[in-house]
Amino acid sequence: MNAVLARKKDQAPQFEPTAYHIVETPEGAALDIQKFNLWYGEAQALFDIDMKIQKGAVTALIGPSGCGKSTLLRCLNRMNDLVDDLTITGKIMVGGEDIYRTGIDVIALRKRMGMVFQKPNPFAMSIYDNVVYPLRVDGVTNRKVLDETCERALKGSALWDEAKDRLKESALGLSGGQQQRLCIARAIASDPEVLLMDEPCSALDPIATAKIEELIDELKGHYTIVIVTHNMQQAARVSQNTAFMYLGRLIEYGNTETIFQNPKQKRTSDYVTGRFG
Amino acid sequence: MSIATMGKDKAEAQAATKGRAVRKYTADISAVGEPWLWALGGALAIGIILIAGFLFMIFWNGVATFWPQPIHVVTLANGQMVAGEPTRESTYRVGPELLASLSPEARAEVEGNGGYADRVLYRTGNYDLYNEDFRWVSRFDVASVEAPSGFYLFERQEWGRFVGKIAGLTLDEDRKDISSLSYDEIRRHQAEARKRWDAIRYIEKSEIGRVNHYIEQERLKLRKAELRYGVDSPLYASAAAEAEPRIAELQREFAALADRAATLKAEDARYRIMLEEIGGRTKETNLSQIVRLYPANDVSGPQKIGIYLSRWGEFLGSEPREANTEGGVLPAIFGTVVMTLIMVVIVAPFGVITALYLREYATQGKLVAAVRIAVNNLAGVPSIVYGVFGVGFFAYTMGASIDQLFYPERLPSPTFGTGGILWAALTLALLTVPVVIVASEEALAAVPRSMREGSLACGASKWQTIRYVVLPRALPGVMTGLILAMARGAGEVAPLMLIGVVKLAPELPIDAFAPFIHLERSFMHLGFHIFDVGFQSRNSEAGKPMVFVTTLLLLFLIVAMNSSAIYIRNRLKRKFAVGQF
Ligand SMILES: Nc1ncnc2c1ncn2[C@@H]1O[C@H](COP(=O)(O)OP(=O)(O)O)[C@@H](O)[C@H]1O
Ligand SMILES: [Mg+2]
Repeated sequence: MNAVLARKKDQAPQFEPTAYHIVETPEGAALDIQKFNLWYGEAQALFDIDMKIQKGAVTALIGPSGCGKSTLLRCLNRMNDLVDDLTITGKIMVGGEDIYRTGIDVIALRKRMGMVFQKPNPFAMSIYDNVVYPLRVDGVTNRKVLDETCERALKGSALWDEAKDRLKESALGLSGGQQQRLCIARAIASDPEVLLMDEPCSALDPIATAKIEELIDELKGHYTIVIVTHNMQQAARVSQNTAFMYLGRLIEYGNTETIFQNPKQKRTSDYVTGRFG
Repeated sequence: MSIATMGKDKAEAQAATKGRAVRKYTADISAVGEPWLWALGGALAIGIILIAGFLFMIFWNGVATFWPQPIHVVTLANGQMVAGEPTRESTYRVGPELLASLSPEARAEVEGNGGYADRVLYRTGNYDLYNEDFRWVSRFDVASVEAPSGFYLFERQEWGRFVGKIAGLTLDEDRKDISSLSYDEIRRHQAEARKRWDAIRYIEKSEIGRVNHYIEQERLKLRKAELRYGVDSPLYASAAAEAEPRIAELQREFAALADRAATLKAEDARYRIMLEEIGGRTKETNLSQIVRLYPANDVSGPQKIGIYLSRWGEFLGSEPREANTEGGVLPAIFGTVVMTLIMVVIVAPFGVITALYLREYATQGKLVAAVRIAVNNLAGVPSIVYGVFGVGFFAYTMGASIDQLFYPERLPSPTFGTGGILWAALTLALLTVPVVIVASEEALAAVPRSMREGSLACGASKWQTIRYVVLPRALPGVMTGLILAMARGAGEVAPLMLIGVVKLAPELPIDAFAPFIHLERSFMHLGFHIFDVGFQSRNSEAGKPMVFVTTLLLLFLIVAMNSSAIYIRNRLKRKFAVGQF
């Protein structure tokens, strides 16, 4: 067994240690990932990730398909709990607490982290009910609070003008781009600290994509945003910091401008200039 | 290349392919034939023809049953006369004794036919006079057949049909001259008599039934007090003293009602009708006993339609009479629908909860796989086995305990301790729950993962996710399972025969007395009604038409229940249709 693993390791590509550029965390990191490893069954998907995520900034995760971006993102709000046979070592600190500590309240944690998925996934309810869903499951029944939250969240996701006259209509009647903004509204309705976005624009047309990017720009500062993207231009446009991942490893992490213009590692420069990936 | 030449080329090319195609098909039929394909297609065609033929037969027989037939008067060779509706014909082999007794011409005719003869079945009615409802008449026996006017078909409250003439009518002790009365006038008098009879029935069944119910309540209350406190206790004595005036009051009410009924009956008895069969024998009866009458050979087309519709109305809207072979099936419709609905109400939560546990909560392993296999196999257990289980477990075990605990005052007559609509519904629920479980599990599995994740990411718990996102989304699929269960359950008869279905239920399971829904009562069911009418009645030939009509009705009922469920499901589906990108 060990011998097999060892041989595999010999054949595997060699990696230098992660190249770090300075990432400002003046108020302390919003998320602090420490020596994080993850296995799906026998297969290791994340290797020794060490990463501090800046509060109030947009951090982009880039890298070729299958490099573990989604896996890492889904660890941040423990969405990976749904997967059977998952092994984890290391820590992810949020507000001074390890979210993988036994006995942590996962539901409370998820309420502090909004998540937006690759494909818009509104529920088969009215627009209004979709937006206030996080509050409803939290037990909020006060009509005034719900109304206010709905308006605030929809304004926050730049959907208010389009949706304010049809709040009672089914969310499934919205266009794809509107649905995705509705999902963002839903994610920010409970006023989370962190917003996790997994390729939020990959199912959208360019105009809807532009709108979402604009929105991300407005939301930064209010929320710490971690966004997975395949699109290098998008990463460059919306993020302050960028992490480049490859084969489950964090290759290079730093200020977006530096990563794109002055990367330390050859793999990073190859990827960002489009030579592979 | 110009357009013109292009067109020409094309035409040539087409001609060429055409030529080739024709040559190919004429050349090699065996290759094209593909015998296996033909066999498969043939099998399908046979299946479709069988199903279509079956449906057509039921539909046609069911629809035609109530159409008024003419009355033929047959004069036999020996001068005897037979009057009746021709029902069907057949060819039979004439036995040697009968053959020997025939006249020489008739014998020659039969022998010329190779020993076979045709015969016609006449529905003669008049069971009280003839001791049979039907009579076969052989062709060679017939001297003449005609359809004379003035012959009536009477449908009577008792004794079934009467075929014959009206010999006399007495209205309010006043003998009427028949010849001066038109059919419409006779019918008007008959309708009035019917109304009186309905009034008597109402008093006897509903009002006296109500009084009886309250008297029984009082008796049970007293018995309860006796069981609780003992016969000698002062508490029982005071209860008895309290009940006494109430019972006396009820009995006075009872007597008053009985008086009223008697007066009405005396009134009713002053309206009589004298019927005369073809042989001249007469039968006198109260006019109110005639449910329907019409001069079969004189009625016009519209009148026939009227009779046809009124028969359907009676069939759908009234109680059976004459050992279920006549009258309506309302209690059976009611029983079938109520039982099916109760079954759905039981099976839906039970099946869905099981499916939820299996799919969402149980750790998927060997045990769950074994449970799944067991559930699937449950669907293959013969239904009569469920009936046996239902009687043994529900009625005799659970029901008996319930009686001991809650209805001790009614013992030794069982309340829940015998077959009833609740136990029948539970038994059928057990029978159909595998269908619901399997369908629900599939529906749950088909809910996209992204929906669950979306909900969990909002901070919803697993149960909230299931409750608000997964279940609504799976509902159409669950409904499909329920529809299948309903279709199976509504048509199942065998287990019901053991657990609660009766030939004739005295009371409906839902009525005006608290608690309004009486789940312990036995009930009637269309499926059992078919069996009973067709094969268990005094005269199964007379029941035969009813078998077809009832079958048609049962099919219609199942289709109707399923269509409404499908309609609801499709509305739900539309709600979950994914929007456009
Ligand atoms: N639920 C899972 N079970 C097993 N392997 C998984 C699962 N999800 C992802 N993986 C594997 O983990 C690796 C990383 O996947 P992912 O994080 O989705 O990549 P990315 O989002 O960067 O394209 C891939 O090799 C993928 O096959
Ligand atoms: Mg991904």
